[in-house]
Amino acid sequence: MDVKGLKEYLAWLYYQYLLVTCSYVLEPWEQSIFNTVLFTMVTMVVYTAYVFIPIHTRLALEFFSGLFGGQHESTVAFMS
Amino acid sequence: MATSTADKVSNGNIHRHNQNINTFKSDAYVRSGFSNHCNKHNGKANGGLDKRPFKESFDQAPLYVAVLTYVGFGVVTLFGYFRDFLRACGLEKCHLAQEREEQKDFVPLYQDFENFYTRNLYMRVRDNWNRPICSLPGPQFDLVERVSDDYNWTFRNTGKTIKNVINMGSYNYLGFAENNANFLTTVADTTRQYGVGVCSTRQEMGNLDIHNELEDLVAKFLGVEDSMTFGMGFATNSMNIPALVGKGCLILSDELNHTSLVLGARLSGSTIRVFKHNNIQSLEKLLRDAVVHGQPRTHRPWKKILILVEGIYSMEGSVVRLPEIVALKKKYKAYLYLDEAHSIGAVGQTGRGVTEYFGLDPSDIDVMMGTFTKSFGAAGGYIAGKKELVDFLRTHSHSSVYATSMSPPVTKQILRVLKCIMGQDGTTMGIQRVRQLAENIRYFRQRLQEMGFIIYGNEDSPVVPLLLYMPGKVGAFAREMLKKNIGVVVVGFPATPITESRARFCLSAAHTRGMLDKVLSTLDDLGDYLSLKYSRHSKSTQDRTLRRNSVVNH
Repeated sequence: MDVKGLKEYLAWLYYQYLLVTCSYVLEPWEQSIFNTVLFTMVTMVVYTAYVFIPIHTRLALEFFSGLFGGQHESTVAFMS
Repeated sequence: MATSTADKVSNGNIHRHNQNINTFKSDAYVRSGFSNHCNKHNGKANGGLDKRPFKESFDQAPLYVAVLTYVGFGVVTLFGYFRDFLRACGLEKCHLAQEREEQKDFVPLYQDFENFYTRNLYMRVRDNWNRPICSLPGPQFDLVERVSDDYNWTFRNTGKTIKNVINMGSYNYLGFAENNANFLTTVADTTRQYGVGVCSTRQEMGNLDIHNELEDLVAKFLGVEDSMTFGMGFATNSMNIPALVGKGCLILSDELNHTSLVLGARLSGSTIRVFKHNNIQSLEKLLRDAVVHGQPRTHRPWKKILILVEGIYSMEGSVVRLPEIVALKKKYKAYLYLDEAHSIGAVGQTGRGVTEYFGLDPSDIDVMMGTFTKSFGAAGGYIAGKKELVDFLRTHSHSSVYATSMSPPVTKQILRVLKCIMGQDGTTMGIQRVRQLAENIRYFRQRLQEMGFIIYGNEDSPVVPLLLYMPGKVGAFAREMLKKNIGVVVVGFPATPITESRARFCLSAAHTRGMLDKVLSTLDDLGDYLSLKYSRHSKSTQDRTLRRNSVVNH
């Protein structure tokens, strides 16, 4: 019955979330508003991270490797 | 100076006044060689400060707990603004007091914004307070079941009562809130003889002979010359401090003093300076400044310096550092006012309060005050001390001149309880109860600390605050405990600092081991379910993760 144990665990986690953010005291419609707003913000953060972080890291790595790699080649050329 | 209490034959009275014990801090006695002389002949006394370890703990919670508490308050504040906006717009019905349409141009009558916190957080969890009780507040009691249809704005009774709820909130330290007919025969006889109302003030026609008997017995119990009793405990503080100090006097009051002391101090018109809670260095600094600099502009010496402290602080469970304060007051020639509301009857080997707990001489404390509400199962308060002080208060105190005196059955109840504690009724029931309370305290506190909760206060205090921190958990805790048939008191802001909401347990000698075990096992399960076990010092941190998955079944 692992599914039932998992469901209970998720319910307990949701209860902890309600207690910690103090949504436990809010009325149900207020809880829905709060959950919607929070979920939207988290989704937007995740989407932005997914879209922009790989591109930014790739560009940053290229920039820094170009800086050091280009310097190394020029010194080698000077030596020979 | 030498009191003859060593030859008291009362049952269970092992109280020994030891004047010698006061010499350990004071330089004057050491210089004159007095303390060496005493130590050789009498040795160290029972309950001296250096023998008794003073164990108090105020653990700090991990940082993430404070952050999450603020987050919780932030969310509730945002929704508070949102709901206030809806109420102002008219989109939502307003349940609060409002002015009439014709008066909208007048000066506003209701200060709306100041009740922001009450309106927007307290109302949502308000069903945990003011629960109607329909039986004796003994170790178990009955509650009226009530439900709310509109989120706690109004309540209605379902008609049922919740029976045999374990009472962890009443100040019933020695268990004398009882309705056993055998014990209450004298009280019933007094009601038949005197009636219930006194119909006069103490000075006019309300001075009964049982009042005088009670005052003599209270003085004998505490080991002082004389005492005076009043009908209400809060009024004892707030009406007598103005009689003792006035303009030109200085009051040094502890940070966490009760409202009655604060009100009395403000009513008196003296200058009030606050020192940090139980902090002797802070108090000494204030005393030095007061003695050296005098009154603010004129630099004349203060007429009187009065130090206001309590025996046990009911929100923290901490015990006052009495020997050090007494040493300080002797050095700087100040007066000491000790409010033993929660400690009389509950601490000390024979229940005589913090003076006995530390082994001090009662004549060192200038004004001893206490209440009969907590350990005596009655109502009212007393002030005890030297005869001149009490005679002065009989004529000059507002409470004695204008307030109705204590009702006869209540007076007889206090008399019966005092005789029981002192052993004068021929049984050992009083001293057994005091010992049972001490044992309950030790057991309960030790088990809670083992489980991993953060508990404040001294090891010997019957008040046990269990920290909850987050506002959401405050409401959840009280409701879950009631579902399990245990009644607790939870406190939040503004009675406590904003991040330190707590549940406050008051132990009683009437609690049996079985009741305490039931409460402890429920707390264990609930602590895992709500994740309240924040302590870093417990042994059970390893197996906490294993037990978390066993969810409590309702």
